[in-house]
Amino acid sequence: MATTTQSENRSRDAMAAQTAKTQRSSRVLGSLFSHTTLIVGSIVFIAPLIFMVSTSLKAMRQIAKFPPEWIPNPVIWANYPGVFTYAPMHKYLLNTMIIVVPTVLGATLVSACAAYAFARLRAPGKNAMFMLVLATLMLPSVVTMVPNYILFAKLGWVGTFKPLTIPPLAGSAFFIFLMRQFFMTIPRELEDAALIDGCGRFRIFRSIVLPLAKPVLATVTIFAFMGAWNDYLGPLIYLGNADQYTLSLGLQAFVRYHGAEWGMLMAASTMMVLPVILLFFFAQKSFIQGITMTGIKG
Amino acid sequence: MSANTPARPWYRTLRGREAISFYLFLLPWMIGFLIFTLGPIIVSFVLSFTDYDIMLPPSFVGIENFRELFTDPLFYTSMYNTVYIVVFAVPLGMIVAFGLALLLNQRVRFMAAYRTAYFIPSIVPAVASAALWLYLLQPQWGPVNALLDSIGITGPGWLSSELWSKPAIIMLMVWGTGGTMIIYLAGLQDIPQSLYEAAEIDGANGWHKFWRVTLPLMTPSIFFTLVLGIIATFQIFAQIFVLTDGMGGPQNSTLVYMIYLYRNGFNFFRMGYASAMAWVLFVIILMLTWLQFKGARRWVYYESESAEG
Repeated sequence: MATTTQSENRSRDAMAAQTAKTQRSSRVLGSLFSHTTLIVGSIVFIAPLIFMVSTSLKAMRQIAKFPPEWIPNPVIWANYPGVFTYAPMHKYLLNTMIIVVPTVLGATLVSACAAYAFARLRAPGKNAMFMLVLATLMLPSVVTMVPNYILFAKLGWVGTFKPLTIPPLAGSAFFIFLMRQFFMTIPRELEDAALIDGCGRFRIFRSIVLPLAKPVLATVTIFAFMGAWNDYLGPLIYLGNADQYTLSLGLQAFVRYHGAEWGMLMAASTMMVLPVILLFFFAQKSFIQGITMTGIKG
Repeated sequence: MSANTPARPWYRTLRGREAISFYLFLLPWMIGFLIFTLGPIIVSFVLSFTDYDIMLPPSFVGIENFRELFTDPLFYTSMYNTVYIVVFAVPLGMIVAFGLALLLNQRVRFMAAYRTAYFIPSIVPAVASAALWLYLLQPQWGPVNALLDSIGITGPGWLSSELWSKPAIIMLMVWGTGGTMIIYLAGLQDIPQSLYEAAEIDGANGWHKFWRVTLPLMTPSIFFTLVLGIIATFQIFAQIFVLTDGMGGPQNSTLVYMIYLYRNGFNFFRMGYASAMAWVLFVIILMLTWLQFKGARRWVYYESESAEG
């Protein structure tokens, strides 16, 4: 009896040791696997951007080399000034900013006001109004695109920046929704104290709620900036001549007319992408938080 | 209280003043909403039953636009191309994002650097991303075909090939899946560690933990990204418009719904027909979303529900 138990014990110990060993080795294997995948994956994801920058620093002769060089040898800077001979990027930048500014203002002021009302104030018809906001979130913009074009055509606004700068001033359902979710998490007590002191609603909003809402304001500013910076369809429909081109339209025109100038095309692309990437590095937290907020609370 | 005090007009009461504030705060958005959203929705609906080129007044044609649409071969081509891209790009993007999020969630070293590398492609502006992929997919010396060549495969002509143009666009879209990955990563980090510990005590191995804990708790995030991914991909426009110079070529193989709609509305100025197309798209998106919400009860797990049940 005793011997069998002993040997059983021993074999059990051995088995346990064996399992621990396989567990450890499988963990090592697992982490090796995940690290390899992560490294290879990140190279795959980032390589296009590396090629974009490196091609922008090559002469045509180097670009058509097969297989392509990762690091240009020699480094040619001529593509960057070259872009400006075909496409005045500084002008496109200015035109883009004409659209960016009202979009950001509408998002941070008008949408914030509406979001505050939905988060805090009670009124008859409030739920119905909020349903409208949610319904608008799902509405494809194409449904309103044609009538809006007709409206702006009748107003004589087609070929001006107005169709791209006036509507964003009214805010957007997405930003209202995003900020409402944030405002609801701000403790009510702060505002109640101010209310008892006879503070008006607008003052409470301006001097208590908005300062506390900086994180979400940053996020919304970034989203609004990105939306206006990246927009293509809007400028395509409303802006006619090359003087008015935004970066999106300018880059598309470059593809159309000088698409074979690969070095310059990649230089122009780099110039459009770089500000966005810089913004990401400066405001990484707001970016990530914003996306997480839409994801989890949406 | 208020019943005892002499009648005060409602707008002087606390409630009334609050309601007035509410509407004042909402006013700027309401005005914009009425002019740029609600009004246009109604107008768009009415226009879809008319013939209208902006110059001449609209003429009522009944359901003629819809009848024409359903016999228009390019409508079916564009719908097929769009659905093709949705069917592949949305799930592929989700699977890649989920895999990356799982790997990043293991407290790996340099996590922030990896996260940045995967995320950045998703913020590249659509037009720039199209210009970039035009270069990457260049058939003779583009990096994608160079990579294929190095493993002994002769790469296709991609954007000049009817067969490979859609896969090329799907590739471009999966490249931009970083935003979805961030959503999944946040979801994974929200799963309480205690659940995994409890599962371990019950003798669950890694595989079980994934199927019984991780995946069920991630279904709300998966559902959310699926719904939004389908809505967004049905409206794909800018990338393809730039890649194909507005043509949706070769041989209409990338003519997606929005490009065909744009062509009717803003090249041919067939505003009635374009409105009808917009409404057909809207109804399709609404139906798909509704179906998904209906189906969600079967597979999406909500903590609060099961706690009550």
